[in-house]
Amino acid sequence: MYAYDEIDRTLINERVSEFRDQVKRRLSGELTEDEFKMLRLQNGVYLQLHAYMFRVAIPYGTLSSKQLRRLAHVARRYDRGYGHFTTRQNIQFNWIKLAELPDALADLAEVGIHAMQTSGNNTRNVTSDQWAGVVPGEIEDPRIWSEVLRQYTTLHPEFSFLPRKFKFAITAHPHDRAAIKIHDIGLRLHKNEQGETGFEVMVGGGLGRTPFIAKTIRPFVHGRDLLSYVEAIMRVYNSYGRRDNIYKARIKILVHELGVEKFAQEVEEEWQQIRDGSLRLDDETIEDIRSRFSYPTYEKLPHMPDELRKAAHDPLFERWRRNAVFPHKATGYAIVTISLKPVGGPPGDATADQMDALADLADKYSFGEIRVGHEQNLALPHVARRDLPALWKALETIGLATPNVNLVSDIIACPGLDYCSLANARSIPIAQELTRRFANHDTANLIGRLHINISGCINACGHHHVGHIGILGVEKNGEEFYQITIGGRADEKAELGVLIGPAVPYNDVADVIEDIVEAYLALRANPDELFVDTVKRLGVEPFRERVYATR
Amino acid sequence: MPLVKGGKIQADEYVHIADDAALPESGAVLVSAARFLADPELVLQRREKVGVIWPNNRDVEDLVPYVERLALIALVFPSFRDGRAYSQARLLRERYFFRGELRATGQVLRDQFVFMLRAGFDAFDVKKQADAEAYTQTVKRYSVFYQPTGDGRVAAPFRRLQLRHSESAGL
Repeated sequence: MYAYDEIDRTLINERVSEFRDQVKRRLSGELTEDEFKMLRLQNGVYLQLHAYMFRVAIPYGTLSSKQLRRLAHVARRYDRGYGHFTTRQNIQFNWIKLAELPDALADLAEVGIHAMQTSGNNTRNVTSDQWAGVVPGEIEDPRIWSEVLRQYTTLHPEFSFLPRKFKFAITAHPHDRAAIKIHDIGLRLHKNEQGETGFEVMVGGGLGRTPFIAKTIRPFVHGRDLLSYVEAIMRVYNSYGRRDNIYKARIKILVHELGVEKFAQEVEEEWQQIRDGSLRLDDETIEDIRSRFSYPTYEKLPHMPDELRKAAHDPLFERWRRNAVFPHKATGYAIVTISLKPVGGPPGDATADQMDALADLADKYSFGEIRVGHEQNLALPHVARRDLPALWKALETIGLATPNVNLVSDIIACPGLDYCSLANARSIPIAQELTRRFANHDTANLIGRLHINISGCINACGHHHVGHIGILGVEKNGEEFYQITIGGRADEKAELGVLIGPAVPYNDVADVIEDIVEAYLALRANPDELFVDTVKRLGVEPFRERVYATR
Repeated sequence: MPLVKGGKIQADEYVHIADDAALPESGAVLVSAARFLADPELVLQRREKVGVIWPNNRDVEDLVPYVERLALIALVFPSFRDGRAYSQARLLRERYFFRGELRATGQVLRDQFVFMLRAGFDAFDVKKQADAEAYTQTVKRYSVFYQPTGDGRVAAPFRRLQLRHSESAGL
């Protein structure tokens, strides 16, 4: 956990006061809705179909139990008793009243949580690996650098009015869980030959109506130069990014139009001017940030404690353990993923009661720490393996032990037409129907790892382009239709999915997905070949044939 | 539009001269970039102050030969959303050492004041009277800053180290 100091606390309190003044001016009529729009967007407040939506940042996906309880409090006190975890390590509340927003923000500020820049054309919440600091094989904890960037990007005096939104993601593990290649800047932490920390810098990834996988513009930027290099990228983008058309305003379009070599050269020239300036990070500054992250003191525990041996006779426990429990860097400990994808439920939602209960479980079993992943699931990052059976029982009673992590019913979906004013089609009911179709755990387990992503419009908040199966809602003559893509992925081998054919109507979507899955089961070379690998090997054609032969 | 300069509302000493109008005999003048660049020496030979309005889509590098002789550079915010002039301001101050008046013009509202000050602006053509009047209050909104810029305020990382050193020195 990162502990705020007086400077961090002062800044978020000052931001709350500023926003309180802005809301007051809006409510008194001093500001028009149009003028207020730009101000509220800088603080995570959208106007949705039914009400204001409020998006709160969970930087690099790390939460304390105290913070999670406070999110539960906001859900209960200011909303309708639940919150929605998003694909960018944020939480959204859908029914907030404008007049109460400043109080909600003040309540959150007390525990070091804010909503700064969770929307608007600025640098958004810096995201990272939800297993940071605990996963075996990590090079170093990427959250130190995420926090360096969080501070650098917060209320930046030059880059708060960019052509369009701007997202950073960082990973420090060979397996990328942060989807860095679909971000405006993706940073892969690695070491050079001298053993010094630095970053491969990728630029121009993003989804939306013009999807791109990020391209590398520098294979190694030394850690001390991270901020100056980032500033050079941002300055080139702020100066030359398009502002005539919001659909062409993301940095990916600038990179595409200039060409990656020319873009990299512009950045290089700018960087040479500033790299030895005040943004250069000395070891002491980095150590200062590092020192404010605290780590649990792990006990020496056996890998296979008696509790676990005994519980192994319970098939339901075993089923959950095999699905939701992952290796930890400390012997005797595990990372536990908490699925927020119950059968028939909206993906990513948690009730206030669930949040409170999970906060208690985190205190009891995970050193008071909770993580939020871009797959819209949560995790307890430091669970002693001997505690797994007890934890499982407790999770069962609060409806958080669905054993479908990474399986076909672990669906990523945007809020869609049920909430969002931009959407063309519903996302949540499609996801709910699919979770019912694949509710049988044995079937889902037989299918294996398969990511379905659903977006209710071309803005792609559900990341459909990079789903193993992507579902995109479109509108056709006033009706909801869905385009299906397959073969996408968001990890270190990131790739965009390929359209299998014409869009299908709402009522056919679940049938089509079942057909695709059945085709895969028939076509896979062996049970270990994942869906996405079968698509890679065979292309989309056999799937297209199967889906459209009878339609 | 009220002009805020030196922290208070003031009369504008500069007269904005249209491109086709003759330059007056005396007094401070503000001219467009096009007029200025057509014959910079003609404008700069005046004994009195010269200012130029610089569009936000033109590199400020073109002004470098003249920064020492220009008394005012006015940068433009065509809308609240368009933040190109923040980069121009920082470059003029931090890279090209422009020491004259740096004025924000266009859609200038109170909610930008702190950003603008930090980017190096010191004068503001404010859109609304109420915002101009709120200037002194508004610029006090923030007392801590995470990023170092050329405005001289101490940024958080440095302040932390100062605090740490003074603690360890027993001060």
